[in-house]
Amino acid sequence: MSIHLQNIGKHFGATRALEPVNLDIHEGELVGLLGPSGSGKTTLLRIIAGLENADRSRETSKILFGERDVTNVHVRDRRIGFVFQHYALFRHMTVYDNVAFGLTVMPRKRRPSSGEIRSRVFRLLEMVKLEHLANRYPAQLSGGQQQRVSLARALAVEPDVLLLDEPFGALDAKVRQELRRWLRHLHDELNFTSVFVTHDQEEALELSDRVVVMSDGRIEQIDSPETLYRVPKNRFVFEFLGDVNHLEGRVRDGVLTCGDAHLNVDLPDGHEELLLRPHEVRLAEAPSAESHLPVTITAISPVGAEVRVELEADWLAKPWLATVRHADFERLALRRGLRLYAHPRQWHRFPEAESKAPEQRHVA
Amino acid sequence: MSLAELSTRRIAAGQKRVLPGFGLSMGISVLFISLVLLLPMTGLFGQLAKLSLAEYWAIVTEGRVVASYMVTIGAAAVAAMVNAIFGLLLAWVLVRYEFPGKRLLDALMDLPFALPTAVAGITLATLYASSGWMGGILEPLGFKVAYTWVGIALAMAFTSIPFVVRTVQPVLEDMPNEVDEAAMSLGARDGVAFRRVILPHLWPAIVTGTGLAFVRSLGEFGAIIFIAGNTPYETEITALMIFVKLQEYDYAGASAIASVVLFVSLTLLLAINIWQGRFIRRLHGGKG
Repeated sequence: MSIHLQNIGKHFGATRALEPVNLDIHEGELVGLLGPSGSGKTTLLRIIAGLENADRSRETSKILFGERDVTNVHVRDRRIGFVFQHYALFRHMTVYDNVAFGLTVMPRKRRPSSGEIRSRVFRLLEMVKLEHLANRYPAQLSGGQQQRVSLARALAVEPDVLLLDEPFGALDAKVRQELRRWLRHLHDELNFTSVFVTHDQEEALELSDRVVVMSDGRIEQIDSPETLYRVPKNRFVFEFLGDVNHLEGRVRDGVLTCGDAHLNVDLPDGHEELLLRPHEVRLAEAPSAESHLPVTITAISPVGAEVRVELEADWLAKPWLATVRHADFERLALRRGLRLYAHPRQWHRFPEAESKAPEQRHVA
Repeated sequence: MSLAELSTRRIAAGQKRVLPGFGLSMGISVLFISLVLLLPMTGLFGQLAKLSLAEYWAIVTEGRVVASYMVTIGAAAVAAMVNAIFGLLLAWVLVRYEFPGKRLLDALMDLPFALPTAVAGITLATLYASSGWMGGILEPLGFKVAYTWVGIALAMAFTSIPFVVRTVQPVLEDMPNEVDEAAMSLGARDGVAFRRVILPHLWPAIVTGTGLAFVRSLGEFGAIIFIAGNTPYETEITALMIFVKLQEYDYAGASAIASVVLFVSLTLLLAINIWQGRFIRRLHGGKG
């Protein structure tokens, strides 16, 4: 079921948690709300769920599930499934009773027969691969298993939308990976509309059809993961989605200078700050006509598909990070303390003034 | 085997404790318990030893004493039940809501502990006597509180309410809001969520608190004695029977009756502990 949010804002006392936002989520979509803590993402999710009320002063505020106006509908009647970061399982009930809870508290008229509840609960437990643990108590399960029970419990009532608040936040890296893939798979299979909150950009980009990037109570950008990464709308989105290297200096006659480093840029005179992703930094033994950026290697991490190299220099306020292919790593015989020259393949620029569009330039 | 021997054996077995001070702290604890708890108890049993079994049985089953058991247990049970309900409500209000004067109300909870029980007793008696404020209102309506078992139950409830509040409060504080949010998101009505999700969490604390309140009420003397009226066979409590025996210098008789109260209290507390242990083990996955 699609979700339509119109002019939804939230204040806690005098503090503004969420600026009035508009958001449309299509039927069957998996959308991630991504942002640092305090960005209002959890507040937004809780407002969609009905666990929090949006500010009432705005008359145009509206939440629609499909055609159904749920703005003033209590959480228990919204037909949502909610998955909590810390699972919030009922500790005194077995796994089976936890999953069955939503069905057994239905009004007598709508409640399925006990036989049907049983078969439905076991179908769900089978789906989350926990049917053999039906009689265990939550405390006897691992974190990953508890979160799967919590998901089965939320899905048991066949909600219109599934909402997940940092669902993998409390789990260790490996289990998180596994559950992420499993949730994606489950979503593709059952095709429910779901919204999840995360502060982990990798998780958001890997799992979502579309990502809503938030900061400071505002929506910064809504796009598919690729667009978000390739064409960030502003500096915040660019910086939040990955590691960033900064190059700050004065431009005069088409040359940006910073200490003893300089780079040819096609920009008007004045103060400039350029941003580079680690994979946009090339390392070489000699400077070139375009750039003269001397650096020293201070740390090397050869784990993964590429080697991560940390670079320092007098002219840099904060060390740079560069990723190098293993072949180049061996060819250049990189080691700690080696002095080299950095060459930007590409750089990004986000002018302070809102009117100017962000720029991306390739360096010849 | 002495404690010292025990600890040497441990060291020999290569199991030296990492945390220091076990010998000293354990020694002081045992000494303290012996002096403050066990020594008076020994005195009690010493007195009991002066009685033959038949004498003992005659004292504890005397008509007036048995009537006092009934009054005490009945009133204590009513007081404990009332406290279970209102103590839960008070704890709920103190934990779940924010309101002006919350800290004051929280501090007031301890008043029955702080106030000398005799003061409480005299106050209650004055208030509910037919000439008092409340008594003046209630008695024309046909409710007689002072000098009846209702008055006894009232005094018991007054002195034991903190037991329920103070045992339920921390458990309720530890319970995350998410649990009832989860219940609501699954469609549970407020009543159902309370009964099936919140109450089971609080159950051990409520039972313990109520049990403590009940046991405390069994032994309460000062607060009750002024409001009870102390009519033989009707409003005499067991603690008074002990007091009466003491005034007659019948220490053995007093000890005999006291031993009955002690036995009931200890059995009840032990039973609650065992039951609670089982319950909590389940919450911790059969391990803890």
